Amino acid sequence: MSDRIFGGIGLVIAIIFAWQASIIRESFLSDAVGPKMFPYIIAAVMGLASIYFLFKPDPEPTWPRIGHLAEIGLAAAVMFAYAQALPELGFIISTAFAATYLTWRLGSSPLQSVVIGAGTSIGIYVVFRLLLGLSLARGPLGF
Amino acid sequence: MELMSQLGDGFAVALTWQNLGLALMGCFLGTIMGALPGLGPSNGVAILIPLAFTLGLGATPSLILLTSVYYGAMYGGRISSILLNIPGDEPAMMTCLDGYPMAQKGQAGEALALSGIASFVGAFFATWGLVLLAPQLVKVALLFGPAEYFALFTLAFATLGGISATNQAKSAFAAALGLGLAMIGVDTQTGVPRFTFGEVHLYDGIDFLVAIVGLFALSEVFIFLEHRGTERDISNRPRMEIGRIVPSWSMIRSCIPTMGRGTVLGFIAGVLPGAGASLGSFISYSMEKRLVDRDKTFGTGDPRGVAAPEAGNNAAAGGALVPMLALGVPGSGTTAVLLAVLLALNITPGPLLFSQNPDVVWGLIAALFIGNFMLLAMNIPMVGLFTRVLLVPPRILMPVVAMISFVGIYGISGSSFDLMVMVGFGVMGWVLRKLDVPLVPVILGTLLGNEMEVNLRRAVTIADGDYSVLISSPLTIILWITAFVGFVLPIFLGGVMRRRMRMARDSEGGVMD
Repeated sequence: MSDRIFGGIGLVIAIIFAWQASIIRESFLSDAVGPKMFPYIIAAVMGLASIYFLFKPDPEPTWPRIGHLAEIGLAAAVMFAYAQALPELGFIISTAFAATYLTWRLGSSPLQSVVIGAGTSIGIYVVFRLLLGLSLARGPLGF
Repeated sequence: MELMSQLGDGFAVALTWQNLGLALMGCFLGTIMGALPGLGPSNGVAILIPLAFTLGLGATPSLILLTSVYYGAMYGGRISSILLNIPGDEPAMMTCLDGYPMAQKGQAGEALALSGIASFVGAFFATWGLVLLAPQLVKVALLFGPAEYFALFTLAFATLGGISATNQAKSAFAAALGLGLAMIGVDTQTGVPRFTFGEVHLYDGIDFLVAIVGLFALSEVFIFLEHRGTERDISNRPRMEIGRIVPSWSMIRSCIPTMGRGTVLGFIAGVLPGAGASLGSFISYSMEKRLVDRDKTFGTGDPRGVAAPEAGNNAAAGGALVPMLALGVPGSGTTAVLLAVLLALNITPGPLLFSQNPDVVWGLIAALFIGNFMLLAMNIPMVGLFTRVLLVPPRILMPVVAMISFVGIYGISGSSFDLMVMVGFGVMGWVLRKLDVPLVPVILGTLLGNEMEVNLRRAVTIADGDYSVLISSPLTIILWITAFVGFVLPIFLGGVMRRRMRMARDSEGGVMD
């Protein structure tokens, strides 16, 4: 079933891709092939592969239970938030939060997590900012 | 003799303090990454590319650092295979078969040392193979025009799934997905925006580094989150005593022919498109088993069963560099990631690389020789150090990996948007892995998409819009036929090969992870 759903989504993507390719505004200075041809080929390959999944799906993969699925969703949400927070809060604070969350969810006890999170953040800061001189995000506090 | 003087120049490039230091660092980090289950060579190199980039290293130093990581990871993979019966990376899978039983017999140290020597032999002679073969391939590549290149790229995609590919439709889908992603942004030839949906951030396209780090490194973090607390959690396995580290001379001597055969087979597997290191170690092991396993000792801790796959996989690692450097078309996952390094540094691999940037090529090759000796030193006397690294639990390690990935990408672009795209790729990578869609064609597609399209358009434009130019020369026809055979063959052979690989593991007491 998963493969069939995947095939369906793939087919939709392929159609959207082909449609988006068809509305590319060609400039008057075009070569013999133009900017649409290659995207059409790609869409065709993608569409054919998707149709194959629809008709001949592989055996079902083992999807995680709903709890683990939520786990992954939440982790992705935290990473999104981290990407947003980085320029606002600065590297050390946002990284400490994100690393604390991740290590907690991977099985550290809550108290340990805070220590590991802070340690990770400061460790990376020391190595990459102070030793290697990389530019990391600066928050209002300067780090 | 020209070869020797070029190699000599290469050593002059590689033997600076900075480059030696980078090679040492790369070998060290690579061995660690190879040893840690879950961090393979492709992930390791993927995480470090943005870093090498933001550190402002030049082309040669970055390449030296990253290929040292690549070689190092190939060495390191065996450590967890032997001690934990978990392959540290995919090519080290076959090493579990005899390595772990040896460790159970109290010979862990000997197994580690012997496999270290075998790795050295494989990698050392494969690097010689690279020196000798790559310039020959360049001569062939100089005959390539746009139509040939277009066919060659198709060949690369068609064979990338490898002989053991599960489902060729999925490889094709993955390639199309990658190529589609590469189309996003302003068309290089006519300047019209494509697939940008009016989003300014997308005008210069999706940075392939963002895609690579997301697909490889972040999706690994998600996999760990998924497996936590299940029987596939790897943090609570028993630990092994190492025992004596020096193998007896008679043991080494008995393995010399094995290493020789493993090296040759592995190198060939590495050079051929779509085979790569995993197949190299598999072929070496099964060949060796058929040839010398008279007393049925393979699978019960036979030293030759450790030496064969390790020589094979390291030789394949060197062999895979041949098409990558000479043609610009990688044959394996990690070399695809290394290709990203070259492209990010604005170096076009392929025949011109050898004439325009000989210092890069030969400096790199010299660094590989030096790195090999460093790795030998690290992997035998100092192997105890690396076994300690295995004690770092994933719950600490994986957040660090995730955060370093973010640091690298943010260092290049300084944009939150790229980070969010990267997280998106991470989630996508996880879903694709669950569905058994290979990630390497996606990466290769984003890397080569534009180049492939340019060659198609150039070929057809030169021929005045005549598409038959794509199959006009004998060379193109050969390439198309090879591509077709390479794509179709696994459909018939793939099942057989996979069953054999699995049977080899199951019947010999390995626990399939």
